[in-house]
Amino acid sequence: MAQTIEIKNGYVFDPLNEIDGEKMDIFIRDGKVVPELFESEIINAKSIDAKGMTVMPGGVDSHSHIAGAKVNVGRMMRPEDSYKWSRGKTALTHSGSGYTVPSVYLEGYEYSQMGYTTVFEAAVPPLEARHTHEEMRSIPMIDTGGYLVLGNNWFIMRYLRDGDIERAANYVAWMMKTHKTYGIKCVNPAGVENWGWARNVGSLDEANIHFEITPREIIHGLCEINELLGMPMSMHLHCNNLGQPGCCDITRESLAIPNKIKANQNLDVEWAETKIDSKRMQSVYLTHAQFNSFGGTSWGDFESGTKEIIDYVNKTDFIVMDSGCVPFGEATVMTGDGPAIHNLYALTGNKWSNTDIEMECGSGVIPFTYLKANPIHSVQWAMGLELLLMVEDVWKSIMTTDHPNGGTFLKYPQIIAWLMSQQAREKTFGECHAWARDRSDLGGVDRELSLYDIAILTRANPARTVGISHRKGSLGIGADGDVTIYNIDPTELNTRNYEQVISNFEQAEYTIKDGQVVSQQGEIKMIPEKRTYYSDITVKDEGEKDMLSDVKEWFKYYTVGFANYPTPEKYLMNPTPIKVNNER
Amino acid sequence: MAEIILTPVGKIDIMIEAEVITPDNFTSKSADEIKKLLVWQGPKQLPLSKFFDVKGDAASSPQETSIIIDGDVTRVKRIGAGMTAGKIKINGSTGMHVGSEMNGGEIVVTGDVESWAGMEMKGGLLHIMGNGKDHIGCAYRGSWHGMTGGRILIDGNAVSQLGGGMSGGEIVVTGSVENFCGIRQNAGLIVVKGDANRGVGAEMSGGTIVVSGTIKNFLPGFEHVDTQSDLTFGDITCQGDFLQFSGDHAIVARTKGVLYASKNANEGL
Repeated sequence: MAQTIEIKNGYVFDPLNEIDGEKMDIFIRDGKVVPELFESEIINAKSIDAKGMTVMPGGVDSHSHIAGAKVNVGRMMRPEDSYKWSRGKTALTHSGSGYTVPSVYLEGYEYSQMGYTTVFEAAVPPLEARHTHEEMRSIPMIDTGGYLVLGNNWFIMRYLRDGDIERAANYVAWMMKTHKTYGIKCVNPAGVENWGWARNVGSLDEANIHFEITPREIIHGLCEINELLGMPMSMHLHCNNLGQPGCCDITRESLAIPNKIKANQNLDVEWAETKIDSKRMQSVYLTHAQFNSFGGTSWGDFESGTKEIIDYVNKTDFIVMDSGCVPFGEATVMTGDGPAIHNLYALTGNKWSNTDIEMECGSGVIPFTYLKANPIHSVQWAMGLELLLMVEDVWKSIMTTDHPNGGTFLKYPQIIAWLMSQQAREKTFGECHAWARDRSDLGGVDRELSLYDIAILTRANPARTVGISHRKGSLGIGADGDVTIYNIDPTELNTRNYEQVISNFEQAEYTIKDGQVVSQQGEIKMIPEKRTYYSDITVKDEGEKDMLSDVKEWFKYYTVGFANYPTPEKYLMNPTPIKVNNER
Repeated sequence: MAEIILTPVGKIDIMIEAEVITPDNFTSKSADEIKKLLVWQGPKQLPLSKFFDVKGDAASSPQETSIIIDGDVTRVKRIGAGMTAGKIKINGSTGMHVGSEMNGGEIVVTGDVESWAGMEMKGGLLHIMGNGKDHIGCAYRGSWHGMTGGRILIDGNAVSQLGGGMSGGEIVVTGSVENFCGIRQNAGLIVVKGDANRGVGAEMSGGTIVVSGTIKNFLPGFEHVDTQSDLTFGDITCQGDFLQFSGDHAIVARTKGVLYASKNANEGL
């Protein structure tokens, strides 16, 4: 299959190479970006004339719920979500349905049509890793990987309480390999374990029952382990008290915990050439910051608490966060934070689901509709945008909706329009509840992001933050030949016409993956090979042996046998281990 | 008003889905063009003419277009789905989803209808002269927002889940209903002139239900608040003495739901 292509005359936005709308040609040979093609190759290569168009690296979504048990629970409990959002099969594509929780095939097609080529599943409970991989392998068009939920894991809590960081690190390394997962996710540390006993934790120094470990100790421990092992991404944090008025305080405090821990990304991989350092800088990656930045003390005096977070992020350099924007409309809230889902149920009375995942974590799902007429939802809308517009350095943030929690990923173009156009924000201010303006700082923001900034928020920075920038998120020599071409002429771009911006980002003119046109103007052109990334971490044999003998001893509390616990590689589509070199 | 007459021909094997039969879709089309409109039968799309004899041309607007289906179409689903104006008259009985999501205009069915008639209806009039089945004027499975406007009249009986999740509009049943009439109702009006079986108004948080006959298993979440006679809701009247209840307090903390049950027919309450 020809994976050789030239993309001519486009305006290129490649932030990792500091290319800001320069008119240039991109060449891809055998699926990788190369400096040029030989005359003889050009004759046979596909050539795309991108004159008057915007060329960016393929989109990277670093936090999205696309596969696994809770996504599937969302699908099962929401037939109404599928009823009015479906598409038939074609000679090339499968049929599919679901608006906020699409079926696997539809997820791949919809992401690809928007120009995305890589998406990471945000939460994989270890016991559900098989299920997650079974779904992930069926998502076409995009490369995938998943983050392993470890913040309430019994082994981790015990090792950290006993100060046994070595053993905990060996355990994490083994778990990543065992479940073919990519990075460490920490959800409501210490709290979800308590939720198994109908309790939660309220502060960073409140020890949970049985394990008597505090959220602070877990966050610090996991960050330390992460850098000890040299993981591709930093520890991925979902803070305590999420979704409760005033939670911005605990979030800011949590972010300060790893301030002395130095980022140490130690990968044994081929790096694509980039002008600026494409190694990750941060030692903690905060997720869906919006849901963690609620101000006020109750729903009555609720307000945006993002200022506290933004100020802190602005003056430090070890934090990256994704926004978790709320673009209004239908959503399905799903998280490993069981108590947060129960709170939402108590608030809305909606149908809901909660699960305890033995010895590991928990989760919950609840359908949700964000309404412009609702004061809280309107403030949440403003908060998501504040987080992206008021953090000075764009390299500290990533644009997400925490799909499908704040809204579906299909709303990304709408968010881009709000970021690029003050006019678009003013229009929405006019339509939504007055609290959006009164209880946030968004009304006073006149910043309008450029296409270069958008390329950072949606490609370069997600790739760098999760440590896949050695092959994704740039068009440097040696990078994967993933390119998106949008029908936007940057020289004539008028963001006052934000409806046009939305429609241009909704449908990429071309999405190119590994040097092949996979979708064009909303039509799927081919189903490319896809890869699943996971971290393959080298640890010392004796350390692993010692840890395993302990794990096997405690495995008696599991309802599965030790031999049935691991996820074999055959569950993955093109398993692609990232060698993490832990030779110390 | 331009009249198009569809006469069923032959026997239909797999049921067909004919959401294409609306005044909106027929507008400005000649009989020959209407014949070519496609309906789904299983995985296949086939022309309307395979199942109907078509006579008459449509007008240039749906308001001016009237469709008469002359015969039994119990194996045809989704007739009039999503229509916004005009008229459909079915001289016979019809299949599921007749008038579902309709937004305006009028559908009259002289016979019976299957389940899901008027599902999530937004406006217009759906008049069923025979009996109806389940989920009439109801929300789709999984949703809690059913009918939001318009009116459904059933001259006969309906079965279960009538007006489930109802958020507006009116349903009047001259006969009786079975179970869970008005389940999860949050607005709108349901009037049942006959009897109801069990679960009337279960989990309701708003709106009004009137049952002029006997409610067999009355829900414990309803509280008696008053007694009234001869109720009037616009042009809908209910004669007799009624016990007025508020509920369903068992599930919903602050409910505005009102349930009227005939005083004479429900002596135990």
